[in-house]
Amino acid sequence: MSTTVKAQKFDGMAKPLALYRAMLRIRRIEEEIARRYPEQEMRCPVHLSIGQEATAVGACAALRQDDQIVTSHRSHGHYLAKGGDLNAMMAEIYGRATGCCGGRGGSMHLFDDRVSVLASVPIVGSFIPLGTGAAMSYRNANQDRVCIVFLGDGAIEEGAFHESVNFAALKKLPVVYFMENNGYSCYTNLADRQPDRPLPDLAKAYGISSAQVDGNDVIAVHEVTTAAVARARAGNGPSLIVADTYRWLEHCGPNYDNDIGYRTPQEFQSWRERCPVESLASRLIADRTLTNDAQATLISEINAEIESAFKFAIASPFPDPATVRDHVYA
Amino acid sequence: MHEARLITAGEAILEATDLAMAADPTVILMGEGVADPKAIFGTTANLAQKYGPQRVIELPLSENGFTGVAIGAAMNGLRPIIVHQRVEFCLLAMEQLINNAAKIHYMSNGAHRAPIVVRLIVGRGWGQGPAHSQSLEALFAHIPGLKVVMPSSAQDAKGMLLASIQDDSPVIFIEHRWIHYAKGHVPPGMHVTPLDGPHQLRKGDAVTVVSNSYLTLETIRAADELAKMGVLVDHFDLRVIRPLNVDPIVESVRRTGCLVTIDTGFMTYGIGAEIVSRVMERCCLQMKAAPRRIGLPEHPTPSSRSLAAAYYPRSPDIAAMIAEVAGAPEARIADLRSRLSAERDSVPLDIPHHSFQGPF
Repeated sequence: MSTTVKAQKFDGMAKPLALYRAMLRIRRIEEEIARRYPEQEMRCPVHLSIGQEATAVGACAALRQDDQIVTSHRSHGHYLAKGGDLNAMMAEIYGRATGCCGGRGGSMHLFDDRVSVLASVPIVGSFIPLGTGAAMSYRNANQDRVCIVFLGDGAIEEGAFHESVNFAALKKLPVVYFMENNGYSCYTNLADRQPDRPLPDLAKAYGISSAQVDGNDVIAVHEVTTAAVARARAGNGPSLIVADTYRWLEHCGPNYDNDIGYRTPQEFQSWRERCPVESLASRLIADRTLTNDAQATLISEINAEIESAFKFAIASPFPDPATVRDHVYA
Repeated sequence: MHEARLITAGEAILEATDLAMAADPTVILMGEGVADPKAIFGTTANLAQKYGPQRVIELPLSENGFTGVAIGAAMNGLRPIIVHQRVEFCLLAMEQLINNAAKIHYMSNGAHRAPIVVRLIVGRGWGQGPAHSQSLEALFAHIPGLKVVMPSSAQDAKGMLLASIQDDSPVIFIEHRWIHYAKGHVPPGMHVTPLDGPHQLRKGDAVTVVSNSYLTLETIRAADELAKMGVLVDHFDLRVIRPLNVDPIVESVRRTGCLVTIDTGFMTYGIGAEIVSRVMERCCLQMKAAPRRIGLPEHPTPSSRSLAAAYYPRSPDIAAMIAEVAGAPEARIADLRSRLSAERDSVPLDIPHHSFQGPF
């Protein structure tokens, strides 16, 4: 059942351009967060997703607006790819009342019902059952929605992964477990945490479909996710997607950390050369879907939006301390 | 037609679940054993047949996973009831309860709700031992965002379970296994008891007594005997551990000047400690005697009945403590203790009554 999907030649239509724009936007936003983080005004931990844009964008583009996602601490890319409000995300990171959680969550808790971001929570594995339960609720409500659970390679070490996939397979729930394998849990290599075996084979233990995909190829990610989502929506149960990718920056924070000894500069460089954003750009330019002028326009549009979002966040009021006890009980 | 019938708390729990599921299609029931022939000591009997596998969900042994599944489903509008046959199984699910259920509403700035009910059953007697008999309400009550309810009667078991299911916050509903046998006059139909705090069982001016769950029954017996010797207690069945409504207790202590708390759980860092602190913060200058607490001792529950004999507080211990606080003479306290002991000793200490023949 496990299949390896190779990148297919994209068709030069508008969709690749849209995927490129979405990735470029996430890249630029994360870069701006990293650049301004030392100003000490974004006073919460940030887990940036630079290098991993293709998984978020390719997967979320396979979903409808009312399809839900759940994700982890590294959720900016997922939130934005699902259509999340950049102003609300930046305000949340700045701890402002206009944030998507009113400043109660910070970077690691991005919730937004308007775009069906059900939850992002930073305890690894903790969100996997939430997405599984969301998928169960669709059936009770006679809805044909699908939920994507974004998880990292570390999350499959958690019992919650096994418990959730077992249950979803048993009940044939409409959920896609999308694993972004970036090779590290904080600073510990996958090889130091798990036995050497093909990760997609995990799905065999549950009798569900799986696929492995180049997680830096947004077109391939999109195709494989579209198939898994269609299978889930048709009532054929969950699947596991393993997308291999790489986190460019440190686990938490704005810096490169290839000098601290847990990974080599050569390893980083090999992934840097496979940048998901640049590689699609060169394909689009070679294919004349994108011109250099159009690319420059995109960048300046995105930069203007980012500038405006930071301004919005910084100009927004902090939440009223008198509201600190609100919403403990519903 | 609407007269209350005499039924057990176990039957009342089944009735409440059935009524809630009939009235609201979003109510679902999940647990290890909810659809099996034993049906959680009969408290979920025939519901699987009546409501089908989409609403009565027999579960794999995945406590943390299925608790998260329930929370995710609740965030999307369902009202799951989870059942654990013993409190200890829920310890595997503390991560989901504390990190997600208790915080979803708060951290989403009020956008999401997690209206789940977690039924936990506290074992006791018949050698249940260290990991089948813990009354851990204090662990759950420590967490803002969770509600913790402990009924001691059939009426409250029904009415407060209905209220818990209707509540939009996560509720930990703790049933002492021996309470399942408690009979009471329970009104039929949707008889909802608000989760609004202590229930006053007896009025008196001598000592304020606050008990919960099964020990409320032992305390009622103690209070009866105390009344015969002229010590009238102001007895509250706490019922709602969190949010804690301490106002009626404070008002009472202002009159009595005496306070005794009686817990089914460990005394240290227990519910009694919280009640004593809150009362003392508001009326310590009106005290006539030092407040006292009864709870479980500083060791796990042993299995052997010889080791467990002195483990649980019983009506003689409770009566003696209250009489002591009330300033009764030692001879009368000894007499009180021996009368209650004679009665309690007619039933083996490891069972609630003679009809109970194990194993659970």
